[in-house]
Amino acid sequence: MNWQAISVIYKSEMLRTRNTLLQSIASPVISTCLYFVVFGSAIGSRIQTVGGVDGQGGVSYGVFIVPGLMMLSLLTQSISNASFGIYFPKFTGTIYEILSAPISFFEVIIGYVGAAATKSIIIGTIILITASFFVDLSIAHPLWMLAFFILTCVTFSLFGFIIGMWADSFEKLQLIPLLVITPLVFLGGSFYTIDMLPPLWQKISLLNPVLYLISGFRWSFFELSDVNHGTSLIMVLAFLFICLGIVWWMFKSGYKLRQ
Amino acid sequence: MPPIVAIKDLCKTYASGHQALKNINLDIKRGEIIALLGPNGAGKTTLISTICGIVSPTSGTVTVDGHDTVRHYRKTRSLIGLVPQELTLGAFEKVENTLAFSRGLFGKKPDPAHIEKLLKQLSLWDKKDSALMMLSGGMKRRVLIGKALSHSPKVLFLDEPTAGVDVELRKDMWKLVSDLRESGVTIILTTHYIEEAEEIADRVGVINNGELLLVEDKNALMQKLGSKQLSIELREAISSIPESLNTYELQLSDNGTQLIYSYDVKSERTGITALLQAVNKAGLQLKDLHTSQSSLEEIFVNLVNDRQTPPDPSKETHPMKDAL
Ligand SMILES: Nc1ncnc2c1ncn2[C@@H]1O[C@H](COP(=O)(O)OP(=O)(O)OP(=O)(O)O)[C@@H](O)[C@H]1O
Ligand SMILES: [Mg+2]
Repeated sequence: MNWQAISVIYKSEMLRTRNTLLQSIASPVISTCLYFVVFGSAIGSRIQTVGGVDGQGGVSYGVFIVPGLMMLSLLTQSISNASFGIYFPKFTGTIYEILSAPISFFEVIIGYVGAAATKSIIIGTIILITASFFVDLSIAHPLWMLAFFILTCVTFSLFGFIIGMWADSFEKLQLIPLLVITPLVFLGGSFYTIDMLPPLWQKISLLNPVLYLISGFRWSFFELSDVNHGTSLIMVLAFLFICLGIVWWMFKSGYKLRQ
Repeated sequence: MPPIVAIKDLCKTYASGHQALKNINLDIKRGEIIALLGPNGAGKTTLISTICGIVSPTSGTVTVDGHDTVRHYRKTRSLIGLVPQELTLGAFEKVENTLAFSRGLFGKKPDPAHIEKLLKQLSLWDKKDSALMMLSGGMKRRVLIGKALSHSPKVLFLDEPTAGVDVELRKDMWKLVSDLRESGVTIILTTHYIEEAEEIADRVGVINNGELLLVEDKNALMQKLGSKQLSIELREAISSIPESLNTYELQLSDNGTQLIYSYDVKSERTGITALLQAVNKAGLQLKDLHTSQSSLEEIFVNLVNDRQTPPDPSKETHPMKDAL
C-alpha cells in the first residue's frame, strides 16, 4: 500500500474544502435553518405529532424531520463532493500525475472517497448541532445511528466517485444528482412517513431505495420507521456492494482513465 | 550494464483506431540524455505516456531498470519523473504544497528541505506561497519540473520542456538538465527543434508517423544532416537561372528574386566564395544574403524518403550531368 499517496490525496481534498469553507459549511447550516423555519415552525405548528397513537406519544414534526434533513444533505453533499473531487483533475488534466504515480486505483479511491465521506460526516454533525438549537433531540440507538450515518456517507461518496469517473462534462456531473437523487430523497419520506400517503403511493414508495435509508436512520433516533431497520441496513449494505462492484469493474477495465 | 529503459516491439493503437506507435524498439542507456525529435503528431507524447503509465500499450513491453511497466508498475513508476507537455496544474493550490503533494503521491515521506532546495534551484522560492493560477507560463513550467523532481527520480521525461520558454529560462533549464545528468539521472526529452537536440543530447532518436526512424549518436547525426542553405536575394527578379551558374544546383524562388544554394557545413570548401563571384559575373546584383540550417521538415522528408523508396539509380537525376 502506498500510504503516503493516500494521505496526500486525502489531505489535499480536505484542504480544498478549507479553501471553500464558507460554501462547504455555511450552505448546509443555512439550508437547515430554512427548512426548520418553513417546515418545522410554519407548517409544523399546524401538524400534530407524528407517529403517536391517538395524539399520545410520537414526536413533534420539527423533531421528526431532522433525520430526513440530515439524509438530504448527506446524500447530495457526498455525491457532489466526491464526483467533483475526481472530475476536476480529469477536466484540468492534472490526472496525469495520478496515472503516472506508483499508486493503485484502489488507493486513489480510498483517498478521494475517504475525504468526501469525512466532509459529509462533518456536515451531518453540523446539521445535527444546528437542529438541536431548534428542537429537543434524543437518539434512541446511538450505535445504529452512527452505523447508518457513516455507511451512508461512505456509500454515496463512492457513488459520487463513480459519477465523477463517468462524467465527461459538467452537465453530466449535475445530471444524476439533480434528476435522480433529489427526487428520490424528497419522495423517500424525508418530510413524511409513507402511511400519510394513499395506499398505491405507499407501494410505489417501497421501490425507492432512499426510503429504506431514511426510515432506518429515523428509527435509530426515535424508533419510528416505515420499514424494518434490519431491512434498511441490508439495503444500505447492498447499495454499498453494488458501488464497490462497479468501482472494481472500472478498476479492471481502466475505465475512461487510461487510453 | 543493462539499459535503464528497454522498449520492445511497442505498439499503440488508440480507441479511435489511430495507430500512434508502430513497433518501437529502443534501449535507453543509463545516465544519457536522449532527445526524441519529431513533427506534430509523430507519437512522441504517446511513447512517453506509455512508458509512464498514462497510456496502456496495445502490444509489446517496456521495462524500467529491469522491471515491467505493467506488471511491476509500482516499482517502475517510482523511478520515473514526468514533465508533461501541457501546463496542467491545479488552480488554487500553493506552489510549495503542490510539490509536497507530488512527492507523497510517489510514496516518499515528506521532506521540506528537499522541496526547499528544488524551489530555490528553480528560482521559485519567493513564489512558494503563490496560488498556481497566479503564475506565468514559464513559472508553471518550472513548477511542473519541480513536481517531477520532488521524489528524486532516476529517469526524467521532459515532454517539450522549452515550449513557450524564454532564452534565459531555456539556459537555466539546460543547466539544470546537465546537473541532473551529472548526478546520474537519465533524461529523455522531446523537441521539434534540431538545435535543441544538438545542444544537450548525447543521442537523438527521430520519430515520424509512429515509427522510430533512427537513433544515433548526436555528433554522427549532425554530420549527416548538417546541410545549410544560403539565400541570395537579388535586386531585380530574373525569369531563369543563368547557364553559367548551373554547376551550383541553385533553386530559384517563385517570384524570381531569390537564389537558394545548399551546401554542407562540415565540408572543407563550401563553394560560397566561388558562387558569389559567379553570380557577380553573370551580371546579377545582390540585395541581401542569409543562411539557414536545413529545417526539421526537410530532414524528415529526407529520412522518410530514404526509408520508403530504396535508392533507385535509374531514377536519380544529376543536374550537373544534365548541364554538361
Ligand atoms: N487520446 C487519443 N486518442 C486518439 N488519438 C490520439 C490520442 N492522443 C494522441 N492521438 C493521436 O496520436 C498521434 C500521436 O500523438 P502524440 O501526441 O503522441 O504526438 P506528438 O509527437 O507528441 O506531437 P506534438 O509534437 O504535437 O506534441 C496523433 O496523430 C494524435 O492525433
Ligand atoms: Mg507531444
